[in-house]
Amino acid sequence: MIDLEFVINTLSLGSLYALLALGLVLVYGILKLVNFAYGEYLTIAGYAIFLSATALSFPWWATMLVAVIAAMSVSFLTEFAAFRPVRSKSMDAMLVTSFAVSIFLQNLVLIVISPRAKAVPFPAFFSDTVTVGGATVPVRNLLVIGTTLVVLTVLSIVMKKTVLGMAMRAAAGKFETTRLMGVPANTVIAAAFIISGFLAGTAGIFWVGRSASVDPITGSAPLLIAFIATVIGGMHSPVGAVVGGYVYGLLFNVLSITLPASMISYRDAFMFAIVVLFLLFRPEGIVRHGYIEERVG
Amino acid sequence: MSLLRQAADWTRHHAALPLLAALLVVAGLVINFLGSPLLVNIFTFFCVSLMMVIGVQVFMGNSGILSFLHVGFVGVGAYVSGLLSTAPATKALGVPNLYPFLVDIQIPVLPAIAVGGLVAALIAVIIGYPLMRLSDAVAVITLFATLIVFHVIMTQWDNVTNGPRTFFGVPEYTTLIVALVAAVGFLLVGYWFRESSVGLRLRASRDDRYAAAATGIHVMGVRYAGFVLSALMGGLAGGLWAHYITSFSPKAFYLTEMFLLISMIVIGGTGSISGAVIGTTLVTVAREGLRQVEAFINNARVLPFEVYGLTELVLAVLLVLVLVWRPAGVIGGQEIGVRLLRNRRALPQEDVPTD
Repeated sequence: MIDLEFVINTLSLGSLYALLALGLVLVYGILKLVNFAYGEYLTIAGYAIFLSATALSFPWWATMLVAVIAAMSVSFLTEFAAFRPVRSKSMDAMLVTSFAVSIFLQNLVLIVISPRAKAVPFPAFFSDTVTVGGATVPVRNLLVIGTTLVVLTVLSIVMKKTVLGMAMRAAAGKFETTRLMGVPANTVIAAAFIISGFLAGTAGIFWVGRSASVDPITGSAPLLIAFIATVIGGMHSPVGAVVGGYVYGLLFNVLSITLPASMISYRDAFMFAIVVLFLLFRPEGIVRHGYIEERVG
Repeated sequence: MSLLRQAADWTRHHAALPLLAALLVVAGLVINFLGSPLLVNIFTFFCVSLMMVIGVQVFMGNSGILSFLHVGFVGVGAYVSGLLSTAPATKALGVPNLYPFLVDIQIPVLPAIAVGGLVAALIAVIIGYPLMRLSDAVAVITLFATLIVFHVIMTQWDNVTNGPRTFFGVPEYTTLIVALVAAVGFLLVGYWFRESSVGLRLRASRDDRYAAAATGIHVMGVRYAGFVLSALMGGLAGGLWAHYITSFSPKAFYLTEMFLLISMIVIGGTGSISGAVIGTTLVTVAREGLRQVEAFINNARVLPFEVYGLTELVLAVLLVLVLVWRPAGVIGGQEIGVRLLRNRRALPQEDVPTD
């Protein structure tokens, strides 16, 4: 069962899930907001590729650039228009707002574009397969591993070395104190949303690339994955999110292989049962972190 | 204190309950008397929605944990009650792969609805045990994920639910009067739970989990009680809904419907039964209005394309606006009437605490 093909596939799936989970946790860390609209940023990335490739006939690299920029802009816009006004209100208000934003974006693309799935063009090499050490894998899977490595490296440098990164980490720890040090709240939160959108856009390219089609509810499956991965890994640190992503990828692939064919459609249910059992023993997730519940006032 | 005095005192503190129940009954009877089919339909649906929303309120409003799962319990109740009460011939036709022992069962509607509620409560007993240990964001996420698991099972379990296809032929039972009686009953239960000892302890744990635990409240225990009661109410409401709508598919117990329930409770205010009633009323009115607009736009071809999802779109915007304007809901977590009557007693500078 454990051969090179399995390892590469698990790593690529885990990388994708890690990107997803990380984008969710960055916002959660600072705002303590579980962003239900996060999945829609991926949907937007998918539609951005679709529109820029078909209506504007951009080359493939430009469509992907457009996708990432679109996801970042929508992420920022939702922060600016919806989350900023309710930020100082109750936790429920913010959660429900994110749920409403999610419904809003879903129905917006439904009305503006189409309720039906649209085929998204991807370059041919994306789905070609190569042989690595005897294992046949799609190029896409290798690309996602490489991209994730680069993104994680750059992001950790940004978080550790730049003023903005340090401010964001400080804000995730103690937001009030960070503000007293002269860090503007709006800037830090907007930055978190933009980076979250960047991660969603990047993950969105690969997510949409797997089925090469996009519809208004494309975002709901990755949202759930990001949720579960962050819960497994631990809600309170970016490292936890990445670990959770890889663990979830491993669990998914193991279940795909071991479950009998008749039960495969229940895979999500099984995964969730495992997660709940796990939470019984360790409610704070794999990566423990100081338990912080302070919110932005 | 004489009995009369006690009754008066009780009414002063609990004015909301008779007031809401009376409003509901009067509105129901008037509409039933007028007999306009559209109004009767809307009001019956309103009563069933109100039951679901009160079910959400029992857990979410008192425990402070935002629960997206509730509509899943509604689905369980609907399917169980539908399967138990539908005629065997219809079931054999509608659900070709149904387990044989389920095909032959047929019991009257009321016990079927009751069993549906009990099954939902039983599921809550099982899954609540691990879930109620979680708090805050993790709890919200996990409950949301559980809803998705419910949905996966409903769309995949061909032998029971007919998969993603429509389950039809459920006998009609829920008339306006039935729904009205049930809704008033739910109003009583919801109010009773909020004011009961368990409800008070649950609300204490909502306001400060650690302080509540420090005063000896078993936080997980009271949450568990609220969760199971909420599931029971969800299951019962689902049964009544099934016998009103008579055919449904798993889609009816998923995000769009959950969004409606959540907007109802949040717009009204999660903290009180009055909030549940006001929110359900406002959202029902808004939704019916928007549906008319949507139908008008599509029929009259105002726009070059058909608009679907306009209702949800506008509701989402309204929801965010309400949250910006009044984050604790229109009524802000109180029961109506309390402040009104206290002011009349002219108590100087007594602030009614918002809970």
